Amino acid sequence: MNFLHQQLQYPGFRRRDWLKWHTVAGLSFLLPSLSARAAEQRGSERARSLICLWMNGGPSQLEMWDPHPGTEIGGPTTAIKTSIPEIEIGSGLPLMAERIHRLNLIRSLVSKEGDHERGTYFVKTGYRPDPTVVHPSLGSVITYQKPTEGLDLPPFVSLGDGQWPARGGYLGAQYDAFRVFDPGRGIHNMQSRVGEKRQEQRLEGLDLLTKTFRQGRGIQAEKSLHKQTIDNALKMMSSDQLKAFEIEAEPESTRDRYGDTQFGRGCLVARRLIETGVRAVEVTLSGFDTHANNFEGQAERIKDLDPAFAALMDDLIERDLFESTIVLCIGEFGRTPRINPLDGRDHWPNGFSCVLGGGGLVESTVIGETDPTGKATEPVNPVKVQDLYATILTQLQIDPAHEMMTPIGRPLAICDGAPLELLLKSS
Amino acid sequence: MRNAIKTYAPAVVVCCILFWIVWSTAFPPVAQDELLGESPLQDSTLSAAVQKVDAWFAADWEARQLPAAEKADDLTILRRMSLALHGTIPSIEELRQFEADTRPDRLAIWCGMMLEDPRFANYVSERLTRAFVGTQGEPFLVFRRDRFRNWIAEQLQANRPYDEVVREIISSTGLWTGEPATNFVTHAVQDGNVDANKLAGKTVRAVLGQRIDCAQCHDHPFAEWKQNQFEGLAAYFGKCRLTAFGIDDPAGRKYEVEDRQTLEKRVVEPNVPFDAQWLPDTGSQRSQLAVWCTHPENLRFARATANRVWAIMFGKAYSEAEPYYTRVDDLPDPDPDAQTALDLLAEQFIASGFNLRQLFQTIAASRPFQMASVSTAEDDILKKQVEAWAVFPLVRLRPEQIVGSMLQASSIKTIDQRSHLLTRTLKLINENDFMKEYGDLGADEFESRASTIPQALLRMNGKLADETIKPNPFNATPRIAMTARNREMVIDTAYLACLSRYPTDDEHHFFLNQWAEGGKKGTPQKTHDLYWVLFNSPEFSWNH
Repeated sequence: MNFLHQQLQYPGFRRRDWLKWHTVAGLSFLLPSLSARAAEQRGSERARSLICLWMNGGPSQLEMWDPHPGTEIGGPTTAIKTSIPEIEIGSGLPLMAERIHRLNLIRSLVSKEGDHERGTYFVKTGYRPDPTVVHPSLGSVITYQKPTEGLDLPPFVSLGDGQWPARGGYLGAQYDAFRVFDPGRGIHNMQSRVGEKRQEQRLEGLDLLTKTFRQGRGIQAEKSLHKQTIDNALKMMSSDQLKAFEIEAEPESTRDRYGDTQFGRGCLVARRLIETGVRAVEVTLSGFDTHANNFEGQAERIKDLDPAFAALMDDLIERDLFESTIVLCIGEFGRTPRINPLDGRDHWPNGFSCVLGGGGLVESTVIGETDPTGKATEPVNPVKVQDLYATILTQLQIDPAHEMMTPIGRPLAICDGAPLELLLKSS
Repeated sequence: MRNAIKTYAPAVVVCCILFWIVWSTAFPPVAQDELLGESPLQDSTLSAAVQKVDAWFAADWEARQLPAAEKADDLTILRRMSLALHGTIPSIEELRQFEADTRPDRLAIWCGMMLEDPRFANYVSERLTRAFVGTQGEPFLVFRRDRFRNWIAEQLQANRPYDEVVREIISSTGLWTGEPATNFVTHAVQDGNVDANKLAGKTVRAVLGQRIDCAQCHDHPFAEWKQNQFEGLAAYFGKCRLTAFGIDDPAGRKYEVEDRQTLEKRVVEPNVPFDAQWLPDTGSQRSQLAVWCTHPENLRFARATANRVWAIMFGKAYSEAEPYYTRVDDLPDPDPDAQTALDLLAEQFIASGFNLRQLFQTIAASRPFQMASVSTAEDDILKKQVEAWAVFPLVRLRPEQIVGSMLQASSIKTIDQRSHLLTRTLKLINENDFMKEYGDLGADEFESRASTIPQALLRMNGKLADETIKPNPFNATPRIAMTARNREMVIDTAYLACLSRYPTDDEHHFFLNQWAEGGKKGTPQKTHDLYWVLFNSPEFSWNH
């Protein structure tokens, strides 16, 4: 009875139910592929994509990628050996320690923004906040510069509940990341609530009203993108590619590897999205702002990060997607070497860490080091976030120096940094 | 026969009464003697202010050789006022009362009434609260923020001079429960310490409409603000602390900063960056700063307020167009040689004794606010018209306006403080969920944005949209469908409820033809579908 009721009320479920039952019955091979173009291509032939694992709140480099155990600033955190000789990372990351040789480690990122909002803006865009213009995030630039073909889904997706999601800035709201707050738990508002015939009639009416509204409003109405977004939404609603947001079809063992956490599910969805042809994905892990009880707080978050990141790496490698997908794990800044009286660490933009690799970048390179006494105000071989992004853009075959026009007619370079030759294979 | 009459008569009477109740709530009668309010334009100060502003724009358009758009119709202007002042479109009840009002100054009168309605204080207090304390849930406890917002609402309801309100926000001391204005300071408490930098940055943004936050770490790259000026301002909050007795500024407490170069601590004395003569000789440090910020000669304060009120009215700050092109809280310094309409509004605001309601009324009655959003000009001219306020700009409605409008359109009666508690509770619950999914820009809510796919999906398929329009006894759709005399009336009423206008002939014909296909049955479902179309039209989700 319930099933019948559901069908009557939401006829959109029929296709989904059909999909589900076919999958359960092992007949999924009868279904059309997600996206022939994206699904077929593998290895370095494939168009390059980006997955950014966003550590929201300021992850502690000292508890993760750059520990200093046994020192005054190290706290109780211990370190473990990794697959890169002589390099140790926090002992909370055992799975990543085995895989880090496929990635690169930067331990000397520097920024001048020590506030969450400003720091997030800076690290997501590569530009410091500027009252005259809102810069686009890295993912938005990539989707703008490298449009996707045959993709019904938004080319840039943000998974998880971050406070300042990546935005299109001066490129426009259409380059904002498409947000899924709770990934892997179904995607909302994708089904029409009425049957096909009624929906058709509704859309005819909507078409008339849209035309009426455009009269005499010219560019004003065009800039609103109202019609365009409705068309894109309708395309998305009827697309089989939506399956990429669902993780039920994945074997339980796969889901277990990622971890039954919001971040774990996000990473699994991210892999599926990339496989489908989505150009950029951001997965947010929140809770790193540990002004008090730093060590417990960071450890809790690291517990979610380690299995999810490791499983993502394994799957990308196994599915031959690693060569075409850059994975970056970063936050808005690091945390102070000094441990405050509340056993916490405060904001520290003067030498923090990130991990990146894949997408044809070199492997096992470690750049920079921080002072084990915590007294130096600058790390060895400081790396600017702009240079990190220039590297990623170059690897994605986008010229960082290319200028884009802002709405007020001011040309701005995509990124004002220089690529880190150490990370590019040609060097 | 007689038995039949005896049996059925009570049922018929009950049915008639029920029908009358439903009909009268769907189409409430409006009597002329119910019309309230007096024309505020009889106030010569307001009239003169509006004329001055209009004259400035007329001269500006002439100098630019720009044709101005026609005046919009009154219902469109009423819709704009309602969206700006109450955050929703007008109810059918209000629209019918407005239509029955034949007084020549009815728009100005209605603007005055809307400003007195508690919905104005409630809605606009949230906009001002965002400017002062943002929307972050942590570490600023939501409860404290609510206290602060409710306190602002009380000040707006009383139309207290705005300079007094701002002075209290900056300088108040005591417990956050008893002195809600102190929650401006408590919102900057982190780990028990008051963040003086944050308070200095916020004060300059919210009160002076400028940004000096980046001078916290270095000299401002574009403006005159220097790092030491920022420190001097922050020092006004430097004595501030939070104890069990609330916020206070004990004497003898020093404000120390760590030098970024030498890493040594040094004491910073309070200091204002310009016009120190506005500082009073007495009072606490914070109260001195409050007086300085709101001094009648400090044009920045009045300009910032006028700019923010303009943003509330249009959905877009004055500063976002010619000649500034900046965000609402990032105005350049006043330039006496290049006076703009913003300077005029600021001067009038000061002259009125910082009367906020009068500022709203002036803008509402000005030509730019009453312009049509339609222009006959070519696109390149239209672009210039938009930049010079010679046509009403299209601005995406904010999420709270969308959700407010959906809920209001689905109710015949006005949803306000007199509404049933259940209605208000449902509104509150629905609002929060919807706003998160629709994308709330928080303190940057006046930033101009285009439509997005999640918004389209939420309007088309979202739970809230569906629940407010599907035929059930609590929604307007079945009531309109069942009680309207004919289908024309159903269409008229749905248009009025959702778009605050009547359908064009083409639209009438289109829907009547579409509906004719299904025969006479199913009007509630057709009304449901019509509401869906109207909710998803650009006209519904854009201020025009």
